This record gives sequence, C-alpha cells and structure tokens, in this order.
Amino acid sequence: MSTMLRINRDKCGYCGTCVAVCPEDALELIDAYLSLEGECIACGICARVCPLGALEVSNEE
Amino acid sequence: MKSKYDILVIGGGPAGALAAKTAAEAGNTVCLIEKRPAIGAPVRCAEGIGKDLLKEYVKPDPRWISADIERARIIAPNGTTISLEQDKAGNEVGYVLDRKIFDRELVWQAAEAGADVIVKTRATTPIMENGAVRGANIISIGTPGEILADVVIAADGVEAQFARRAGLDTTVPLRDMMSCAQYLMTDIDIDAGSTDFYLGNTIAPEGYLWIFPKGDRTANVGIGISGRRSRDGSRAKDYLDRFVAKNFPNGKMIEAIVGGVPVCRPLECTVADGLMVVGDAARVVDPITGGGIGNALFTGRLAGQVASDCIAAGDCSKGALMAYDTGWRNSKMGAAIERNYKVKEYFVTLDDAKLNTLADSIASASLKEFSVRAIIKELIKRNPKMILELKALRDALS
Repeated sequence: MSTMLRINRDKCGYCGTCVAVCPEDALELIDAYLSLEGECIACGICARVCPLGALEVSNEE
Repeated sequence: MKSKYDILVIGGGPAGALAAKTAAEAGNTVCLIEKRPAIGAPVRCAEGIGKDLLKEYVKPDPRWISADIERARIIAPNGTTISLEQDKAGNEVGYVLDRKIFDRELVWQAAEAGADVIVKTRATTPIMENGAVRGANIISIGTPGEILADVVIAADGVEAQFARRAGLDTTVPLRDMMSCAQYLMTDIDIDAGSTDFYLGNTIAPEGYLWIFPKGDRTANVGIGISGRRSRDGSRAKDYLDRFVAKNFPNGKMIEAIVGGVPVCRPLECTVADGLMVVGDAARVVDPITGGGIGNALFTGRLAGQVASDCIAAGDCSKGALMAYDTGWRNSKMGAAIERNYKVKEYFVTLDDAKLNTLADSIASASLKEFSVRAIIKELIKRNPKMILELKALRDALS
C-alpha cells in the first residue's frame, strides 16, 4: 500500500468529489470516512479538486 | 432483509427513491440500500429546482419547501444584473427545497409502495456472473453479506463506484468536475424571492457563486469552480470565504458543506447486463446550471419502469435495458444536456470583459421564457457583430 497520499481528516468534508475523479478507483468514502483502498499513482488530481485542500500527494509534479 | 430481490437500488437520493418507488408500485420486490446512517443527510446540494420539473414527480409540500422563488438574477463581473421575473416570463421559476426532508419523503414513498429500505449499508462490489451484474456484495452495519437481484440500479451519486466496478467508465475529468462549497447562512440581507447567480473569473472561475434563499434573511450561499481552476489558496472554500467576508461579514453560519457536481457529458452508456445507472452517477446533471434533482427524478422513474418491463418479459440483458438509455437520451432532458454542455464549453472560454459585454447587451431585455434557451437566443439576437464569436452558441441551439 502506498503512503504517497495524505488525508487530513480534520479538513476533509467527506463529500466524495475526489472519489469521482480518481482514475484508479483508489479512494472510497465509507459513510463519513475517506479511505485509500486501492493503489495510489500520485497523479494529484484528487488533491487539486478538493474544495477544502484536505489531500496532499507527496511527489506531485 | 431477504437476500434475493427483483430489483436492488443502491443509493437513497432522489434517483434511487424514484426508481425504488416505481419498481415497487409495478409489483416487484425491491430493496434500497443507503450507505449513510440517515436518508437526506448530509446535504450535498444548493437545493434549487424548477417548479414545473418538480411537479412532474411529487406534489409540492410546504414541509420540504424552504422558499418560493419569483425571480432569478444573473450578476456579471461589472455588476450588470440580468433580472428574470416570473410575472414577465411565461413560466414559473422554482423552489428552494429542504433536501433533508425532501429526500426522506421520497424514500418514505418508496417504502410505502413496498420497497425494503436499509440504511448504513454499502455495496462494496458487484456480484458478476458471465459478465452480467447479478447483485451486490454489501456491508451492513459492519456485517458482510450479499443481495442478489435481477436488476441492480446504481444511484450512488457523484462517486458512482458501483457502475465503475461493474466495468463502466464513470471517472469525471478534472475540468468537468465542479468543486463546490456552501454555507447555510442566517441573519443576512438578501432578497428572499430571488435566486442570484454571480459570474466572473475572480468570483467563481468557470462556474458561479449562488445565493439561494431558504427564507427571510437565510440562504444557501455557495460556489462551484472548475476542478482545473482549483489549487492551494484558490479553492472553492477560499473564493466563498472572500465573497462572504465582503458581502455578509455579520452573517451566521448554520451549516458548512462541500461537494462535487459532475458537469461532463453523460456516461457513454447507462446500462449493462443486469445494471442501470441513474441520476448523478449517470452524469445527467445539467452542465450549465449544475442542477441534478429533476434529472435524477426523471432517470430514476424511467429506470424503475424499464426494469419492471424487462423483469416481466424475463430479459434483463443490456439489449433489453437499452430502452432506458435511449429513452432518456431522446427525451427533452437528454437534448437539453447535450445542448447545455456545448453552451458551457463556450462560456468557460469567456474572460470577464466578454462576460460584461454579453450581460450588458441583454440586461434591458424582457425575456418571454425563463430558460437557458431563451437567454441564448436573446444573446444571439442582440449581438449581431459577434456573429462569428457566438457561432458555438448558435450551433448548440440547432
């Protein structure tokens, strides 16, 4: 499991917008809890779209 | 809860509720599962809907109508205001709903029609058999299980993971995902009869900022910006906070929510063997307004009808279920989505100067009809010198 994606749970509004744009289907919103379930390729799309800035990808270009 | 139904509906929003209600009324055994512990909450919506559209599906009830809207105003970057008045236009404007109550009412109606409803239960993966969807693996309050069904209707909203895991591409391109934030504010000076839309690249790049009244001195104040314009320091929340600080510095915040609105084209195909996709999950949101409730109700009901027909005929293959896909695509709604996607693609290219020019040109017009189409027609009529520039809009209308 990759640790390249960091979820700031204090910021996250658990809205699922990141889930819909993830090209790898790696994210899952479980009730009120965003979870990295699949393989993150660190593309950074989820971090871009987040309305709150709750996601951080360590090696984003 | 049984483990085998005629129809399994995944998601308890308006699309899922209408699908479940329609299918149950037709005499099918129906199960609707919702991953959240409560139907209707948290809200992910600005809650506006056209009156005519809503009345097609449910009788308006003051219990879930927050405000009755008489006019809409579009405010250009330079402050020019295009005002659309109900008493001048031939049709009614709309309502701002209370989605927490509205969604519950719809699911209650589905339950009353005979559907089973199970909350805090999520579908993890489709159960597949020879390439066809035959049900869903679920986790119900922590307990794994499976529900088999002749047809699964995926109404799982913006995330749309069920259809994706059944092999349909539901991924929304970044540029077509509106990144949204909204505050329910009170103690603010607003026009309680007007929905206001603020345009401009410094206010809401490639989107708009809205004020939708929820009663006197109370409103949903929200914003959507294109995902490709979203970055640190200029996210939806940052734009919204700047607007609120300037316009409603003394307002009080009752609720702060975020969400994504897919304004891409609809899924290439909204059915597969044993599977139908409805509402936001099918990407049938209006690309210009971002409105999704009416289209969710429409596709939900149609899917419920077609699923019932197919089950009665003993054929739930993709070919049989295609009646749903072609049905909505050939409808007025399908045509409006296709047209408004093109209109949106034109509008996102405009800088503030052009937005101002266009707004100035129709600010004094008295529109006979309250619609995107009427506004586009007026823009083309009033800007003969921009005939080349506006070709994209003309093409969209044809």
